[in-house]
Amino acid sequence: MSNNDTQGTLWEVFLQRKPGQPFVHCGSLHAFDKEMALQNARDLYTRRGEGTAIWVVPSTAIVSSSPEDLGPFFEPANDKVYRHPTFYQIPDAVKHM
Amino acid sequence: MNKQEALFSYTLRLADNGLILSQRLAAWTGHGPFLEEDLALTNIALDILGQAKSLLEYAGQVEGKGRSEDDLAFLRGEREFYNTQLVEQPNGDYAKTIARQYFVDVFDFHFYTALANSKDETLAGIAAKSIKEITYHVRHSGSWMLRFGGGTEESKQRLQDAVNDLWRYTGEQFEMNEVDALLIKEGIAVDMTAVKAAWDKQVINILNEASITTPLVAVMQTGSRQGKHTEHLGYILAEMQYLPRVIPGAKW
Amino acid sequence: MEEWFDAKLQKNEMIEPKDWMPDNYRKHLIRQISQHAHSEIIGMLPEGNWITRAPSLRAKIVLMAKVQDEGGHGLYLYTAAETLGTSREEVLDALHTGKAKYSSIFNYPTLTWADIGMVGWLVDGAAIMNQVMLQRTSYGPYSRAMVRICKEESFHQRQGYESVCHLAFGTPEQKAMAQDALNRWWWPTLMMFGPTDDKSPNSAQAIKWKIKRESNDQLRQRFVNQTVSQAEYLGLTIPDPDLKWNEERQAYDFGTPNWDEFAAVVAGNGPCNKERLAARVKAHNEGEWVRAAATAYALKKNEVMSAA
Ligand SMILES: [Fe+2]
Ligand SMILES: [Fe+2]
Ligand SMILES: [Fe+2]
Repeated sequence: MSNNDTQGTLWEVFLQRKPGQPFVHCGSLHAFDKEMALQNARDLYTRRGEGTAIWVVPSTAIVSSSPEDLGPFFEPANDKVYRHPTFYQIPDAVKHM
Repeated sequence: MNKQEALFSYTLRLADNGLILSQRLAAWTGHGPFLEEDLALTNIALDILGQAKSLLEYAGQVEGKGRSEDDLAFLRGEREFYNTQLVEQPNGDYAKTIARQYFVDVFDFHFYTALANSKDETLAGIAAKSIKEITYHVRHSGSWMLRFGGGTEESKQRLQDAVNDLWRYTGEQFEMNEVDALLIKEGIAVDMTAVKAAWDKQVINILNEASITTPLVAVMQTGSRQGKHTEHLGYILAEMQYLPRVIPGAKW
Repeated sequence: MEEWFDAKLQKNEMIEPKDWMPDNYRKHLIRQISQHAHSEIIGMLPEGNWITRAPSLRAKIVLMAKVQDEGGHGLYLYTAAETLGTSREEVLDALHTGKAKYSSIFNYPTLTWADIGMVGWLVDGAAIMNQVMLQRTSYGPYSRAMVRICKEESFHQRQGYESVCHLAFGTPEQKAMAQDALNRWWWPTLMMFGPTDDKSPNSAQAIKWKIKRESNDQLRQRFVNQTVSQAEYLGLTIPDPDLKWNEERQAYDFGTPNWDEFAAVVAGNGPCNKERLAARVKAHNEGEWVRAAATAYALKKNEVMSAA
């Protein structure tokens, strides 16, 4: 319990559940180096066959939006209906579109 | 000795290695050097115990006297166990646990890779399944060998001490006797000569990379093929077996 | 800010790490989550105690996997606590120096193999009631950790009950062993839910903040209601002469736990408080050179990320 004791650093774990699917954040862990972070992620987050591939990222490398960004970042997208296919009218007779 | 007796003895030998090693590793659960590593080592113990369980079940079938995996694990005495003396060595500090593990992992990797080609389908099947687990075990213990060797002065010294301590138990892994001779002829057992060459190469390589001096040992310990062990095994069995012996015939 | 926070709670929205939160809410969470984490880690000890003596290979594998799960739960919770601005070292230090508390149940000894089944059936069963509720706790990372934990917990209680079944329907010695274990674990389990509601001020605040969703007494009553028939099936007797069905309340009446004993155990004077803590401190101290080696190795490999 000395002052310079360490428990390693914090890493974020992203799992791909099946090949081809996106990687999804599943939790965090501590490790001392990259190889250990990868191994620990495997030992901790795939014990029940939850994944087929893993990313580990040092938590300090993650940049995140903050709660104040909620309005300016995300609300402007709400009224851009023209980005969605349902905005466009296609005659019923036209198929496969 | 006929083929059936040889196969029984051979299968027990493999099973006992796993059973006793996992019994040792299990004592770390809840006491590891940090939480993540505690969980990692328990995973390895679980893999190895799972392998041992399959092998014991098969040994019971080969013997054909109706003994179950539990009968074989819990109701045999000290002189009827055939694991190597290496796996029964005490956990010691984490360097000793890792060195013991690395020596066994590398052996298992080369041994089971060869055993996967055995003419005995059950052994070949268990081997093929185990290789995937063992490949990961080598990666885990191997990276700790490098961390200890290349970490601090203290960790390097502890690893060197562990290697010095354990080295004399490593030779026994490659011993062959009449069981091996008979089963090699049948295409069932693995010729240890090639396994030893591969083991030597890989282990000496990592010791060099970890700046650890390979010990020079004149006399390798021996005896386990005849069921002769170090004093540690009696205590391991006393702890492991006591309950089924206190209430004989009970189901758990 | 306070209004924004309250409004969010009102709408049952989750609070996330970067959101503004009242200081006391943060403090309460750090305390509760780290205590919860410590309980999982200390909880590994009484059960781990029997791994090397498990009486069948299957039982040994199951127990190892279960104790390992508890370690994982501790880990998920420690990382959830870290999102509130505490480090793993800080919370461990609080545990090792005796400043932090953990669930008192783990200060009782596991004397026979039957205790292992009993812990799974009763202790995990009681813990699950609490944990299911906490899946809907108001703090996001805590809630997400609890969802994961609950998924894993689902086998713990079942394996415990299965193990007790083998004993209760086994030899007379086995059945006696099970009854003895039930006698010793019943009351400590009921005390796991904490003091009665009138004596639990923290609990009321936690409900207001939607950290907790049900009171100690509500959870305790639900546990008794569901456990009685499970014990009856086994032919085991719950050691409470006051236990009887109350038609009017549609619930079981039951006796009062020994709250003096509870207070003594919480204060550090239970049968195993000293041993449990000593075991954790020993593992931590003996692991120090291992962690130092890993740190030094990463430094040499130039792999150290700026320390979090
Ligand atoms: Fe748990
Ligand atoms: Fe549990
Ligand atoms: Fe638990």
